[in-house]
Amino acid sequence: MTILDMNVAELKQRLKSRDLSSSELVEASYARIAETEASIQAFLTLDEDRARTAAKAWDEQYAKGEADSLLAGLPIGIKDNIVTDGLRTTCASRFLENFVPVYDSSVSRKLKEAGAITIGKLNMDEFAMGGSNENSAYQTTRNPWDTNRVPGGSSGGSAASVAALQVPFSLGSDTGGSIRQPASYCGIVGLKPTYGRVSRYGLVAFASSLDQIGPLTRTVEDAAHVLQAIAGYDQMDSTSANVEVSSYPSALTGDVKGLRIGVPKEYMGEGVDPVVKAKIMEALKVYESLGATWEEVSMPHTEYAVAAYYLLASSEASSNLARFDGVRYGVRASSPDNLLDLYVKSRSEGFGQEVKRRIMLGTYALSSGYYDAFYLKAQKVRTLIKRDFDEALSRYDILLAPTAPTTAFKIGEQVDNPLQMYMNDILTIPVSLAGVPAISIPCGLADGLPVGLQLIGKPFDEAGLLKAAHAYEQHTEHHKLRPQL
Amino acid sequence: MTQAQYETVIGLEVHVELHTKSKIFCGCSTSFGAAPNTHTCPICLGHPGVLPVLNRQAVEYAMKAAMALNCEISSVGHFDRKNYFYPDSPKAYQISQNDRPIGTNGWIDIEVNGETKRIRINRLHLEEDAGKLTHMDGGFGSMVDLNRCGTPLVEIVSEADLRSPEEAKAYLEKMKAIMQYCDVSDVKMEEGSLRCDANVSLRPYGQEEFGTKTELKNMNSFRGVQRGLEYEVERQTEVLEDGDKVIQETRRWDDAQGRTIVMRTKEEAHDYRYFPDPDLVELHIDEAWQERVRATIPELPDARQARYTADYSLSSYDAGVITSSKKMADLFDESLNYTKDAKAVANWIMGEMLGYLNQNGKDIDEVKLTGQGLGEMLGLLEKSTINNKIAKTVFKEMLETGKAPQVIVEEKGLVQISDTGAIKEIVEKVVAANPQSVEDFRAGKDKAIGFLVGQVMKESKGKANPGLVNELLREVLKG
Amino acid sequence: MSIRLENVEHVARLARLELASEEKDRFLGQLNAILNYADKLNELNTDDVAPTTHVLPIHNVLRDDKVRESLTIEQVMKNAPEEEEGQFLVPAVLE
Repeated sequence: MTILDMNVAELKQRLKSRDLSSSELVEASYARIAETEASIQAFLTLDEDRARTAAKAWDEQYAKGEADSLLAGLPIGIKDNIVTDGLRTTCASRFLENFVPVYDSSVSRKLKEAGAITIGKLNMDEFAMGGSNENSAYQTTRNPWDTNRVPGGSSGGSAASVAALQVPFSLGSDTGGSIRQPASYCGIVGLKPTYGRVSRYGLVAFASSLDQIGPLTRTVEDAAHVLQAIAGYDQMDSTSANVEVSSYPSALTGDVKGLRIGVPKEYMGEGVDPVVKAKIMEALKVYESLGATWEEVSMPHTEYAVAAYYLLASSEASSNLARFDGVRYGVRASSPDNLLDLYVKSRSEGFGQEVKRRIMLGTYALSSGYYDAFYLKAQKVRTLIKRDFDEALSRYDILLAPTAPTTAFKIGEQVDNPLQMYMNDILTIPVSLAGVPAISIPCGLADGLPVGLQLIGKPFDEAGLLKAAHAYEQHTEHHKLRPQL
Repeated sequence: MTQAQYETVIGLEVHVELHTKSKIFCGCSTSFGAAPNTHTCPICLGHPGVLPVLNRQAVEYAMKAAMALNCEISSVGHFDRKNYFYPDSPKAYQISQNDRPIGTNGWIDIEVNGETKRIRINRLHLEEDAGKLTHMDGGFGSMVDLNRCGTPLVEIVSEADLRSPEEAKAYLEKMKAIMQYCDVSDVKMEEGSLRCDANVSLRPYGQEEFGTKTELKNMNSFRGVQRGLEYEVERQTEVLEDGDKVIQETRRWDDAQGRTIVMRTKEEAHDYRYFPDPDLVELHIDEAWQERVRATIPELPDARQARYTADYSLSSYDAGVITSSKKMADLFDESLNYTKDAKAVANWIMGEMLGYLNQNGKDIDEVKLTGQGLGEMLGLLEKSTINNKIAKTVFKEMLETGKAPQVIVEEKGLVQISDTGAIKEIVEKVVAANPQSVEDFRAGKDKAIGFLVGQVMKESKGKANPGLVNELLREVLKG
Repeated sequence: MSIRLENVEHVARLARLELASEEKDRFLGQLNAILNYADKLNELNTDDVAPTTHVLPIHNVLRDDKVRESLTIEQVMKNAPEEEEGQFLVPAVLE
């Protein structure tokens, strides 16, 4: 087994026993990227010099026996909408092609404290808007399982790089499914924490009331380790929750006896591919064999989630992306006639189609005379959707569903139909609107492509969620499958 | 045709910068006058990914201001985004409060032509200030300085209760005084910490419905507010008298040209697309918090004015003038720790000091006079150590240097001459030199003695005790 | 509810976007499809439902009034497209 296929615990053990150095690990990562990047195209920017320097420093720490932090000397890939001090951060947009931040996001700071070494910045749909990575202004990341297919999105680069063993784990962000859906398509683990669990300070905002950073890993245990490093209250983020962070790795006991699982029937409806449903039913059998029980539950407002989500997320986005005006940073149109021309040209040249479409939708939904009909209405429907979750999660320990209705689709297949594209998120969006945590884990292949199992937990009970996911993983082999590159 | 055919209707939107140490949503300093953009950080520059965190002091200053303006305090508030593109607004939205301001339904009393009038305040809300643009000569471009961006600001919106530019000025002066008393702002119009926009319309007397209004901006001084409003009232009167209609638009007061100029018409009006800022959480203001803040509000101008009329028998007008500035009222109160003569203190403040400020175009903040100095000077007068004329010299010196009156008197040798022999010598000299006046006096023109007293005072360089001069003159003249 | 080309143009103006005419047509169709789909929200009676702005029940997140260090002027201007004497330069703004 290549060192890049090892999990966090194994890597740390080897680093501690000095069978392996952080420098070797970082070199292995860059070598793997060099070897596979032509077909995967996951990275937008590499941070080789600083990564090598950091690795050397950790090697010295390990030599002294002083490397105790959570992720000491381990390489990580970071989605390109997470601000990294001194390292180009583009959000896969032309607008920020040359943008080099002058501050660090809170997660980036925490990762440094935990000892993780940033390998580079990962491709995504521009400003996290999309589910395929086809909306990147630079490149379309490929699915390692079939390079004619999308890796999912928007954290497509984050998922593909982990599946392709370029890095052991990465960070993504999830607004309506942007961690879980690519994790599902790429056959890895993707965790969207509870809204407020991980600081958003330094995450370039798409939809502020929904955005959340989370890990993409190859095992549930690794997700627990990475979450441990980034979770917790942050005084720089007013919406960060001051809720205690428990020890996630130690929650992974493998015991789910008596676990009550709810299966929302609306998540197993007509739009869901029968091969996906079949995998979910198999997963339920595994849980039964482990002593868990399940029953069907109804979440009646599910069908309204996508509509509410697109109005809310686009409205927030239209305002969040207004700061990209060409005055203080980013693209500036050459020789504008006047101020208005500067704004209009810079923005029109800097943004891609999907971003413009959502800005248009959001601007319309907030504009005079339409606010109540669209934005306010969507916020009220959000309340109803959240109530569905409150109720279901009061009766069950976790909810179980597919992550996405299908496996990864072909590149170019859906680009002309935004509404169809939006429907890929139908099973992840309600969770985002409710703000509860959810994880996608591999539950087998269908026609050679990975299927994701989504588990949804109670607010701030990431420990319970990880425990349930881990128990399943320990009794199946799906997470050990690797794409042939 | 007379102007009185139309009634003037004015509402004011006053912006007051709160003098917190740091900005409303980040830790940058709010101090005035730093080099451009040196008080900025990723948050107030609107860099990608940053988030705002609300300054507690800004909230409490806003609460204090709202309470001082007799507003009801909202128990639950939140912040909204006001979306518009402009280079002074780096996020392209201003964080403000749209539908749940901190304070509502307040009022202040103003006094115009001896009558008290209550002006209702619709709302007071908390928001962030914008940056500053400097226009380069020759139209090459404009430069953006974001130091001011993020300074906490309260916007105070009056009802359209003001009926003349004078009332508007009185309202603004009262507003300034209240904010000063509360110590929430520097309220300096010249530094922009107090700013004012106005809505102006006219309607025929007796008509209840408001006429079409124009919004007036860029009035950067108290005088500018009054002049701008006067101009606009006159302009609208002419429009109406010509049988035309006032157009709803935003106009800018041009102080140099002395006229208002169209900025934008209603058709170009903004669509701000307000919505609750998802980056900030609700503000809950419970009774206990309100009471803690309320306890920090000092005696306000109205109460102080009432106290001065009741306790010191000052006229309502005099008490109003003195309490119109906190510094002046504090000076008054402090002086009374050193003298009992409140009337005299009031006269010196209102006469000599205000005259000095007017003459020299100075602000009360620039004078160094202390209450102790003024009180002790009055003591010297009472003891006849100095006379009124010397006192004026001493007072001017105190305004400029802040020195104690005894020190000034000694340094300049200004002690009054009460030595009968010395004065008599001068009296005899003056009588000998002015036979005509002596003759007039003896012929019964009592007034002539005034001239002779003046001559004696002049001869003594103002230091002679005027009472003694008078006495000795009459004695000598009677022969 | 369906929107017309003039709505698209108005919204583009508000958002400071310039759309080519085929872009306008395409967005018109796509936005209408999305808004027609969003119309399904009106199947739900939400008269007595409070809107959700935040999923977390937190309030009064406040910081103390302490001054923190600002950026250096070099950092402030690091990404500036055009700079003049430590300030951001924009085309002349006419009042």
